[in-house]
Amino acid sequence: MEFLFGFSNFMLTFIAQRLLQSVIVMLTVALIAFSLFRYVGDPINNMVGQDTTIEERVELRERLGLNDPFVVQFGRFAINAVQGEFGFSYQHRRPVSELIAERLPATLELSLVSAILALVVGIPMGVYTAIRRDGLLSRGFMTLSLIGVSLPTFLIGILLILFFGVILRWLPTFGRGEVVQLGWWTTGFLTSSGLKSLIMPAITLALFQMTLIMRLVRAEMLEVLRTDFVKFGRARGLPDRFVYFKIALKNTLVPVITITGLQLGSIIAFAIITESVFQWPGMGLLFIQAIGEVDIPVMAAYLVMIAFFFVVINLIVDVLYFVVDPRLRVDSASG
Amino acid sequence: MSNTNQSSGTSSWLARVLDSDIFYSFVRSPVTVVSAILTLIFFLAALFAPLVAPHNPFDLASIDIMDASLPPAWEADGDPRFLLGTDDQGRDILSTIIFGARISLIVGFASVIFSLVMGVGLGLISGYVGGTLDAFIMRIADIQLSFPAILIALLIDGVARSVLPRELHDDVAIYVLVFAIGISGWVQYARTVRGSTLVEKDREYVQAARVIGIGPGIILLRHILPNVMGPVLVIATIHLAIAVITEATLSFLGVGVPPTTPSLGTLIRVGNDFLFSGEWWITIFPGIALVLLVLAINLLGDWLRDALNPKLR
Repeated sequence: MEFLFGFSNFMLTFIAQRLLQSVIVMLTVALIAFSLFRYVGDPINNMVGQDTTIEERVELRERLGLNDPFVVQFGRFAINAVQGEFGFSYQHRRPVSELIAERLPATLELSLVSAILALVVGIPMGVYTAIRRDGLLSRGFMTLSLIGVSLPTFLIGILLILFFGVILRWLPTFGRGEVVQLGWWTTGFLTSSGLKSLIMPAITLALFQMTLIMRLVRAEMLEVLRTDFVKFGRARGLPDRFVYFKIALKNTLVPVITITGLQLGSIIAFAIITESVFQWPGMGLLFIQAIGEVDIPVMAAYLVMIAFFFVVINLIVDVLYFVVDPRLRVDSASG
Repeated sequence: MSNTNQSSGTSSWLARVLDSDIFYSFVRSPVTVVSAILTLIFFLAALFAPLVAPHNPFDLASIDIMDASLPPAWEADGDPRFLLGTDDQGRDILSTIIFGARISLIVGFASVIFSLVMGVGLGLISGYVGGTLDAFIMRIADIQLSFPAILIALLIDGVARSVLPRELHDDVAIYVLVFAIGISGWVQYARTVRGSTLVEKDREYVQAARVIGIGPGIILLRHILPNVMGPVLVIATIHLAIAVITEATLSFLGVGVPPTTPSLGTLIRVGNDFLFSGEWWITIFPGIALVLLVLAINLLGDWLRDALNPKLR
């Protein structure tokens, strides 16, 4: 009883600490986003046309509360941000929340497919290279992965476009194809042009993560294959297939899942590059265009959103570590 | 390790290098020798770009629009004057690559030096001083490490661009870029150096220095720093490859170096527009150059890591 109590207490402190850290990160990012919005250029000038009189400007400034003290303004910005309100885009003359809701499905669908692709291809490749360490195919995979790390994401995209888009003319080279409206969500999964358009961007985005997962699975497998319980499994005469997949692979999956979880954030970040290469109408493309046009409200919204994604993912992974790995709990609780 | 040749100045130095374990492992690995040669070629070409390049792509007088969009010399319509063909304005691709690699490497080296100085400095202080300051610096490092470096560089660069007035952009773009890439990479150095400093600061030579009254600044720089630099060199080599990729990516996204001083990434971005009209050489050759450069540096870094690691000998 006492142990259980101490453990849950420790767990709570840990989660509270991490939560506090996440809140501080979010506040810092929000402060940067707010300062951008408030002090880069004049928000009023960016909202109204040339023919607005000075009186109207003064009136608008008062009405929008731009004369209030800094803390009040920042508080208002933070409260609005929590509710997903980031004001109007200077460029598109529409609410930023609307723009983001429109672009979000494209980015999430692309990221999801890439993550699945990276896992489905990366894990078997990792297992294979670990089991047949000196095989010709294994060496091939390892060399490929080294080249994969040295190839920048955008170059992979360009090469794919050159081969499958320009030379072979098999796949569309830009955009999402036809999309189907499901409520506010738009999906490209239901049309053939949508699926075709997804292939090259998804491969481009998945390749880097794939090499990472492959190397990770390989390293973990090699480690596990050296342990006693695997040796005993073999000694009992269990078939190779059973030893490799039921015993060894199962024990490598914890780190693989956590790393993949953490990589979800990277996938969303790298989506900026992929979306830019393929003119994929997602949030990353919106952000890059916003930088070019100094569309501050869009930039501010993207900053806050991407930080939020990362903070949430990290928090979940941190907590999962404790749930999944009992050794961590005992060590930290006793020490 | 025996040093048989200690006769005189330079020759004994050379002999020691040739006789060392590191040189032995270098010669034994053909891949490493090839990547070292490749890296050296890139560095020399970048350093002496105005002398090496067959044409000067920025000299308007030497560019002829009649030479525009010529394919590589070995293709049917190629011109032997332009080995890798020309771009839409008649500039020699090989020359723009050499000048572009120069910009890429300048930005790469500057960013690495920025990260190195910042990271090593903070790591030394963090490890030596300890306490709250250490906890604070390492907490920031943890937080930064949870975001991908390229995202941090992109955000800093993008934000800085919108803060600066437009007419200043092109003049300061390179400094902004170096700052953004530099800031995004300091954590690795700081963590490594902090770890080694924690070990070194309790060694006898440091205690001895402290006892004879040497100040902490001198102890850090003259006594501890030289003993923690080994791993830093390895990190710096691999970081150079990452910095070059990051610079190329940002330039490709249009937020890197200004178009007036194109890097390899800018060349790929510009050439990308001509991919569909069949002029593949404008973007593919700078791309190949970038991959070769990064791959060569990466392989050198891998070798250096293994060679300096006594466990693997």
